[in-house]
Amino acid sequence: MSLSVKHLLGIKELTLQDIEQIFQTADNFKQVLQRPIKKVPTLRDTTVANIFFENSTRTRLSFELAEKRLGADVVNFSASGSSVSKGETLIDTVNNILAMKVDMVVMRHAASGAPWFLANHIDASIINAGDGTNEHPTQALLDAYSMREKLGSLKGKRVTIIGDIMHSRVALSNIFCLAKLGAEVTVSGPPTLIPKHISSLGVRVEYNVKKALEWCHVANVLRIQLERQHKPLFSTLREYALYYGVNKQMLDSIKKDIIIMHPGPINRGVELNSDVADSKQSIILDQVENGVAIRMAVIYLLSGKREME
Amino acid sequence: MKTLLNNAQLDITLQRLAHQLVENHLSFQDSVIIGIQPRGIFLSDRIVKLVKKITGAAIQYGKLDITFYRDDVNTRDIHVPAATDIPFSIEGKNVVLIDDVLHTGRTIRSAMDALIDFGRPKKVELLVLVDRRFSRELPVQPDYVGHTVDTILTQKVLVNWKEKDGNDEVVLKDKT
Repeated sequence: MSLSVKHLLGIKELTLQDIEQIFQTADNFKQVLQRPIKKVPTLRDTTVANIFFENSTRTRLSFELAEKRLGADVVNFSASGSSVSKGETLIDTVNNILAMKVDMVVMRHAASGAPWFLANHIDASIINAGDGTNEHPTQALLDAYSMREKLGSLKGKRVTIIGDIMHSRVALSNIFCLAKLGAEVTVSGPPTLIPKHISSLGVRVEYNVKKALEWCHVANVLRIQLERQHKPLFSTLREYALYYGVNKQMLDSIKKDIIIMHPGPINRGVELNSDVADSKQSIILDQVENGVAIRMAVIYLLSGKREME
Repeated sequence: MKTLLNNAQLDITLQRLAHQLVENHLSFQDSVIIGIQPRGIFLSDRIVKLVKKITGAAIQYGKLDITFYRDDVNTRDIHVPAATDIPFSIEGKNVVLIDDVLHTGRTIRSAMDALIDFGRPKKVELLVLVDRRFSRELPVQPDYVGHTVDTILTQKVLVNWKEKDGNDEVVLKDKT
């Protein structure tokens, strides 16, 4: 029983069965991570390269821990301080790394579609750790897995995604993933940050954050990505926080307890107030914890494909 | 297809194995039983039940999944893991590992690796229902054997259980 894909490029390509299998395998790895020895020798003959052309703390650390706890050898590469600044192309860079007998590549890149391009040119399995404004599949998997842990089956559950939908790969992957799992999705935020045709993906649009919160079981609050905004899309951060930020006062005015998530890093006081981020309703640190188990599951399930081709 | 043990014979064999265990471990004070997932569990469930009946004592009983300790992860289709559940410490204990069929010995090698990650047992023993003699790829010998059989590589030993397959029996099947 392997996944239907050789690479994990996006949630779009996964079947529901793939997602269920990743979750089931993650359950087992989560249990391994609670043992005194948090490590298994499963991939002791595998070498994984983490190639990050964009900054990352959580994702890279999480992938590296997942790889090490599976017993794999790990090499890390980040674009700053490498030959990329000397003008080496993506394929050249990756082929050079693969020539050192690397079996799997985890890549983050600022250009949307970069992992698909790479998958067409190299043999190793590729895991997309975020490409531009397109997809971030492992984040969506760990988000859905964390929601499932709290709510049970996601079928018919309501999830609101709030914030910078336009630039967010987390939003897109989440929308694909939640749709496959049968959840309903609403996106919310300033009109300038919500793509015009987003409803073609089967999601509702609600510009009023409070109404969107009243509707949902889970709110996934996204980071405002100033680094991707090349022209101003809202006037000031204070104005954004005032109209679209989630705070305790707002949550208290809603009659029910909703689950609060955030993929990190949080701009405290902008999209999410500290009194919410550190509250009991928030499962932000569960998300981080589950991230390692989910990534172990993905790496494990993809590693079986290698010598069968 | 040849029947190695029918319903009645299997029952007698299980009784004998349980009594042999009690003979060596008496009240199971410092002994624990660990079944190997997935198919060793049907056997270990039965053995634990019988041992409890004979001794009247509570038995510490765990389940071990060895998927992540296999040595063939990259060479065959991926295995879906089952749950590991060992709700006690094995440090300094006598551990009885239980699996249904002993063939190449590779599963047991993986199981011992997995076990060591939970602590340092005083002693590890192996109980199997069927020992496929002369087919070992690693130096593994069982301490308790239900039935010994000579087989060739293309044959398969199937252990069927009432709970899972509708009938208790052990059959030898020629692969076609």
